[in-house]
Amino acid sequence: MTHLRTFGKFWYDFIVGDDWRVAVGAAVAIALTYVAAHQGANWWWLLPLAVTALLTISVRGATQPEVAEAVTDDEWGL
Amino acid sequence: MHEVLLVAASFLACAVEMVEALTIVLAVGVTRGWRSAIMGTAAALGALALAVAALGPALALLPIDTLRLFVGGILLVFGLQWLRKAILRASGFKALRNEDAAFAESERAARAATRYGSGVDWYTFVVSFKGVLLEGLEVAFIVVALGGAQHSIALAAAGALAAAVVVLIAGLAVHRPLSRVPENTLKYGVGVMLTTFGIFWAGEGAGLRWPGNDASLVGLLAYVLGTSALLVSMLRRRRKLLAPTGAAA
Repeated sequence: MTHLRTFGKFWYDFIVGDDWRVAVGAAVAIALTYVAAHQGANWWWLLPLAVTALLTISVRGATQPEVAEAVTDDEWGL
Repeated sequence: MHEVLLVAASFLACAVEMVEALTIVLAVGVTRGWRSAIMGTAAALGALALAVAALGPALALLPIDTLRLFVGGILLVFGLQWLRKAILRASGFKALRNEDAAFAESERAARAATRYGSGVDWYTFVVSFKGVLLEGLEVAFIVVALGGAQHSIALAAAGALAAAVVVLIAGLAVHRPLSRVPENTLKYGVGVMLTTFGIFWAGEGAGLRWPGNDASLVGLLAYVLGTSALLVSMLRRRRKLLAPTGAAA
């Protein structure tokens, strides 16, 4: 049972990662797209918008002062 | 266009993971000897090859729309996770990965571990095996997902193999961790590409018709890149605002 739990946790951490809300939000957006497409509506804009919304909510949540893992680094450049 | 982006995504993802695996193998190899480190690496590569060989053909049997819906969904979730971390790193809210520090830590642990007998050094074997297997699993997953959704595992595998060869040659040449590789920038790029492919394939699998068909992949790539760059910029400003309170010090 412990091995099974470890195995499950590995895959959960591997795919879902730190914020489960992103995974749930993406699944809901895909499901809505699927339902809409099968009702004849081509909602191609939904998934890109969902990505923006999910990323924004997730990174804002992770950077609240009480949870932020703050570091000093000025080397990064996009 | 699909093919070029697919190979590029596979190449970048594999390069990033190979650099991390190389750091671990180099640390135990330099500290405790190469024989067991190479044996552990070879065993992990064999296990990974078996996993890809077993999963690849199995995915090819599934109907393409079902496969794209499933794989696209997984890639989207997986890609968002990479991109989220990359945005947090780029804005200074998460520590950047430092190969020199990782190498020093692995080297310190390797020196401290006890050695038994004169045959196979099991500490070195296990650390190499585990490092290569765990980093490689991520590559195998990406190769199978990217290649499977396009029904071209070979193309994705070629990208991964090319990256493996390049990183291996560089590692052998310098005998040090590849700390000059812009690893965090590469991770950012991989996150953008995985998210883009995830959106595209999940949409296609769900029954969408993308405006411009395959050409929309480029538009989606630009959109995801633009969104993430905006978020990085927004978070950097936020970090500056937080600095006086001590959160970003």
